[in-house]
Amino acid sequence: MAKEISEKAEKRLAEIIEKYPEKRSAALPALYIVQEEHGMITEEGIKWVAERVGLSPVHVKELATFYTMFHEKPVGRYHIQVCRTLSCAICGCKGLSEYIVNRLGIKPGEVTEDGLWSFEEVECLGSCGTAPMVEINDTYFENLTPEKLGEIMDRIEKEKPDLSLSTINDKLGEGLKGHPRSEVYP
Amino acid sequence: MAEHIQILLKNIREKDYHRLEVYEKFGGYASVRKALEMDPLQIIEEVKTSGLRGRGGAGFPTGLKWSFVPRDSGKPVYLINNADESEPGTFKDRVLLERNPHLVIEGMLCAAWALQSNMSIIYIRGEYAYPYTVISAAIKECYQKGYLGENIFGSGFTHHMLVHRGAGAYICGEETALLESLEGKKGQPRLKPPFPAVEGLYGCPTVINNVETLSTIPWIVANGGAEYAKIGVDKSSGTKLVSASGHIKKPGVYEIEMGYPLLEFIENECGGIREGHSLKAVIPGGSSVNILTAEECKGVNLDYESCREHGTSLGCAGFMVLDDSVDMVEAVLNLAHFYAHESCGQCTPCREGGHWIEKVFARIARGEGLPGDMELIESVCAQIGGHTICAFGDTMVLPYLSILKKFAPEFRERIDAALKGLEVKRKMLNMEFDGAH
Ligand SMILES: Cc1cc2nc3c(=O)[nH]c(=O)nc-3n(C[C@H](O)[C@H](O)[C@H](O)COP(=O)(O)O)c2cc1C
Ligand code: FES
Repeated sequence: MAKEISEKAEKRLAEIIEKYPEKRSAALPALYIVQEEHGMITEEGIKWVAERVGLSPVHVKELATFYTMFHEKPVGRYHIQVCRTLSCAICGCKGLSEYIVNRLGIKPGEVTEDGLWSFEEVECLGSCGTAPMVEINDTYFENLTPEKLGEIMDRIEKEKPDLSLSTINDKLGEGLKGHPRSEVYP
Repeated sequence: MAEHIQILLKNIREKDYHRLEVYEKFGGYASVRKALEMDPLQIIEEVKTSGLRGRGGAGFPTGLKWSFVPRDSGKPVYLINNADESEPGTFKDRVLLERNPHLVIEGMLCAAWALQSNMSIIYIRGEYAYPYTVISAAIKECYQKGYLGENIFGSGFTHHMLVHRGAGAYICGEETALLESLEGKKGQPRLKPPFPAVEGLYGCPTVINNVETLSTIPWIVANGGAEYAKIGVDKSSGTKLVSASGHIKKPGVYEIEMGYPLLEFIENECGGIREGHSLKAVIPGGSSVNILTAEECKGVNLDYESCREHGTSLGCAGFMVLDDSVDMVEAVLNLAHFYAHESCGQCTPCREGGHWIEKVFARIARGEGLPGDMELIESVCAQIGGHTICAFGDTMVLPYLSILKKFAPEFRERIDAALKGLEVKRKMLNMEFDGAH
């Protein structure tokens, strides 16, 4: 069955396009909307974006491939990105990746069978002073140890919090209760 | 910690400082009001006098850049705030966006008036979801109060501002790649000239500045360029945000006066190297600069000139401190993976060379290096630097070559071990999982 785009999303994109001097500039926000609606970048989504922002589908597909935050295959409901770049590496990010691999039994790029988790290693997330860290959906968790990450994952499995930034509602999810969305500096 | 002049981080520990009301209580938005009564060209003169140089990495004089914008082209002028912050080791713009968003907006408004620009865009990296929500909320507050939109502060000046999220591409921090991205294209740098000041977004005159650069403008408007020029040293005036990370006791973002001695900074501000270890090396400017050995750090001050004299660069001050536990072969491999992954793929030397170098570093690290490998890397680097459209290629070879040269024995030892068939112990960093990308 063809995937559709909700009316709400349709309206939101129209609002966004309105703000830009030229509508092709809304290509990335439009792709974010597709990902939010379909959980990934779908063919139908690409066609929709192309039509709305006035680009060819091939061009939009290229964008989806070029920008790493767009997923062309499904990810878990909670997608963990472990920063692997130098500051995190020398502060022990390896332990975080190993913890995830052991706990979930998946390798980077894979999704757990129940669809709850997926993980990948990514480049510097601008959190080097609070290394090592992970980003789960759109929420940062910093100054981690494997134990702390374990506790966070336990809570996520139990509470199923909203950790995503919604383009459609223009708002970041409430996150884990009692856990700051991002930690700051001295 | 010693008392320092605070321009950018002043007041950020105040409760709810990110809210307009609180920001104004501490004197916020006085600079825009003042700016709007000044001749726009006079603001540009003040910025020139201040000696302010771009904080995004290149250190180009801000006032000079602004003066390149033609004032009679008949086309709209765009102001872009570069909040793509993706240089490894850098996290200072994030602090401004999260904790001092109104300063960022106020700086943009002053700049917009100086440039007579009616529209500005903040290009923020996609992963910065929380900073995105904070700055977006601040912009909303401004619209509600009439600080953005038409006839702001009753001046007759119209200015609109929007935030645009990137979607995961280091290269989009490069200014022309950023423009391409904003135009709905892949982030692949443009050939210069024409420079963005003349032909930028949609072919219109465009000024692109870093978050920190723009956040400095309100202070300059309030106190005058000459006052700003008194802070810091010579051609590096003012304060600089340093993102300090790695093996120090107190990592974080520090606002220092330019010219602060590097080793004192580590000792006095960052709490020194972690217990039981000693300093091995510092990468002072973000990963894309030459590394300094502990010995070389002596006498280096944190300003543009001193760093250059000592063979490195202040860049955007992504200050990474490595102690004696760090295996330099693994460290450079870690960076090589970053650059190979982040090349936009447009220029062959960078796209192909980057992966090739990563492969060679990887085999050295695994204990499978070949006798000529160090020379091989050097020769590939020589074919990248100077042969690409943007500075990505020129700068990625800097850490490679400087680490290879300054820590040559570590590489030789690994290669020799390989020749003798000895097993190599890899004690740090995470390379096993990288195969999946
Ligand atoms: C590969 C590459 C990545 C860059 N990334 C950033 C960045 O993340 N943020 C930034 O402000 N400047 C970045 N720059 C520098 C910009 O091209 C540009 O010089 C800067 O935004 C200008 O602002 P400034 O004069 O205020 O520094 C990058 C440059 C290169 C070559
Ligand atoms: S190196 Fe991991 S956040 Fe910067």
